[in-house]
Amino acid sequence: MKREIPLFVTAAVGLFMILSFFVPHQAVSVPADFLQQSAIIIVAFGIVLGGANLLRVNLEAVVRRQPGWTYKLVLIAGLVVTVALGLIEGRDFQAAGTRSTWIYDQVYSSMSSAMFALLAFFIASAAFRAFRIRTTEAALLAVAALIVMMGRVPLGGVLTAGLPHELRIETLAQWILDVPQNAANRAILIGAALGVMATGLRVILGIERSYLSGED
Amino acid sequence: MSPHPSPDLGVWVAAALTLCIFSFLYKENPFYRFAEHLFVGVSAGYYIVLNFWTVLVANLWDPLAGAFDGRQGSPFAVHLGDYRAFLLLPALLGLLLFSRFLPRYAWVARWSLAVIIGVYAGLKTTGFAQSDFVAQVHGSIQPLWTGHWGSSINAWIFTIGLVTSLLFFYFSREHNGALGSASRVGVFFLMVSFGAGYGYTVMSRISLLIGRFQFLLFDWLGLR
Amino acid sequence: MSLAAFFERLDRRWIYVIMALLVLVPLLWPLNLPLEASPPVRAYHDAIAALPPGSTVLMSCDFDPASRPELEPMTRTTLRQLFRKHCKVVVVVLYPGGARLVDGIVQDVARENRQVDGVDYVNLGYKAGNEAVMVLMGQSIAGTFPRDHSGRDVTGLPIMQSVRNYSSCALLVSLSVGYPGTKEYVQQVQGRFHIPIISGVTAVSAPTLYPYLQTGQLSGMLGGMAGAAEYEDLRLERGMASRGMDAQSLAHLFIALCIVLGNLAQWERKRKEAA
Repeated sequence: MKREIPLFVTAAVGLFMILSFFVPHQAVSVPADFLQQSAIIIVAFGIVLGGANLLRVNLEAVVRRQPGWTYKLVLIAGLVVTVALGLIEGRDFQAAGTRSTWIYDQVYSSMSSAMFALLAFFIASAAFRAFRIRTTEAALLAVAALIVMMGRVPLGGVLTAGLPHELRIETLAQWILDVPQNAANRAILIGAALGVMATGLRVILGIERSYLSGED
Repeated sequence: MSPHPSPDLGVWVAAALTLCIFSFLYKENPFYRFAEHLFVGVSAGYYIVLNFWTVLVANLWDPLAGAFDGRQGSPFAVHLGDYRAFLLLPALLGLLLFSRFLPRYAWVARWSLAVIIGVYAGLKTTGFAQSDFVAQVHGSIQPLWTGHWGSSINAWIFTIGLVTSLLFFYFSREHNGALGSASRVGVFFLMVSFGAGYGYTVMSRISLLIGRFQFLLFDWLGLR
Repeated sequence: MSLAAFFERLDRRWIYVIMALLVLVPLLWPLNLPLEASPPVRAYHDAIAALPPGSTVLMSCDFDPASRPELEPMTRTTLRQLFRKHCKVVVVVLYPGGARLVDGIVQDVARENRQVDGVDYVNLGYKAGNEAVMVLMGQSIAGTFPRDHSGRDVTGLPIMQSVRNYSSCALLVSLSVGYPGTKEYVQQVQGRFHIPIISGVTAVSAPTLYPYLQTGQLSGMLGGMAGAAEYEDLRLERGMASRGMDAQSLAHLFIALCIVLGNLAQWERKRKEAA
């Protein structure tokens, strides 16, 4: 029963959600609405669970004095202080002037932006050291990339301003996006849709059971 | 142009943490590791608090408290969007997720996962079917002669690109003969799309760097 | 020393320094390169311009501080255009890291345009649940977001008296960084509830949404900082995005040169090996 009940629940809920797409009657829409509300609540518990697990893993590392344990202490301190302040400040924890807001604006926001800003340097380094044109396909990729990169910035327009409109780089870039790129992306969308539909049905019908990982 | 550094301590803290992250470009160092771990801890803490107040309290606790305070009639009188005491069920399922901390009872969490998986599998299946399959195929059926040479050539290129790219993803037969040639043409179209994607990705990454430098130059140093 | 040998020995930190300088210098000394709006950006602008004054618009701001340089300018300019048309704006956030950021932007632009919170606009804040939240809003927006970002009961707010679900809204504006975002709105909302959707996305996501533009599932799109800058230009604003495009231009030129020079070095090395 440790596997059968979850499989039955998945099947019943999944089929009901598919049915609700086609049947607007209250007998279907009210339970479907309730199931979605339930999923939202369970997901929220899951996020809290994830945070608790992070705390547990890092506390263990600190207690056992694993390599880098001092940094894990910083992680734990950041987590505990943020949660404590957020809970103490109540529903208004996101209001202007609260300590939670200060942590969000000056700590979370700045570091989140800086982490992703590093990628610009790495992409330049990778373009120089790793982008190698060895085949026709790679050449096509490179040419398309160069045209779109320069066509979507004003400098590209300035450099090709003297050419006829159809040959300007911004026109070529827009054409690439509207026609060949669009065709290939649509093929990927359709292929992915078929895959998702197949996998969704496999999960609902209990053929795909990887989400039940773990020993019985 | 002269600097007018911000008097706000918070801005200096943000700038210092930004520079700690950027120090990774020279080489990995304790300042970067400190900032990295602080970021992970603060992010996790923020997500926990956010979900607590916006979902667990607003969508679970408040309606449950209202259902049992006697002012709204029977706790089991359900309407669309108002589920009152029935919300005890997702509350219980949510709490059962914590059974994963007890290896002997971790299997109980599968019941909660089953509800989540069922809901999202159902939503995804119909969503992809409607929007990414039916609507896309419908949109692909277009006239190959539009009355103008330019748009007609584009329609032909689009259709050939779509069909050959789809044929590339047909793996039930070996790519030989006509299928092989068609899928090779499809690969060319796919490479063009990956190139366009690469160009846009470069734009995206550089935008993020521009944003951080705008903060350092204008908000922190006040250079005008 | 040959080109190939020079580039092979080049410390990658010099590339970082050049990249940093090419971004810093135009921010301090702008080149003021001209902008021209592309068709998807014009369509985005025109979709809002075509709204009857006083329409209710649902704006889903699903981004976080990491994507702020691309999406904050779009959000600000969109809000200004909507407020100038006297539209009622209902803001929701489905991306966890963005709740506070979005509220700051909304309050800032609202104050600038003298809009009253709860009457002309409301920020309903964040809700976890991704697609489930999107579908639930099709039944009842107030039921999905019983309290707004500040913790107020939404049923008491004047703006929410005329807002029930998607049918109460003339347009859905989706500003998103990834998941959940525009793609999920197209799949779950456009297909079921047939509300027109326009979208602002990061440049990474933009090419993958072109098929939706072509089918009409999206009525307009802003892609990345370039899209935001073109939109600002259409609105005769010179905001964060426009000011960043000079740096963007030089950085792109540098990346293009890196690709070309890197391959030239490779071909030179191969030629020498063949000889």
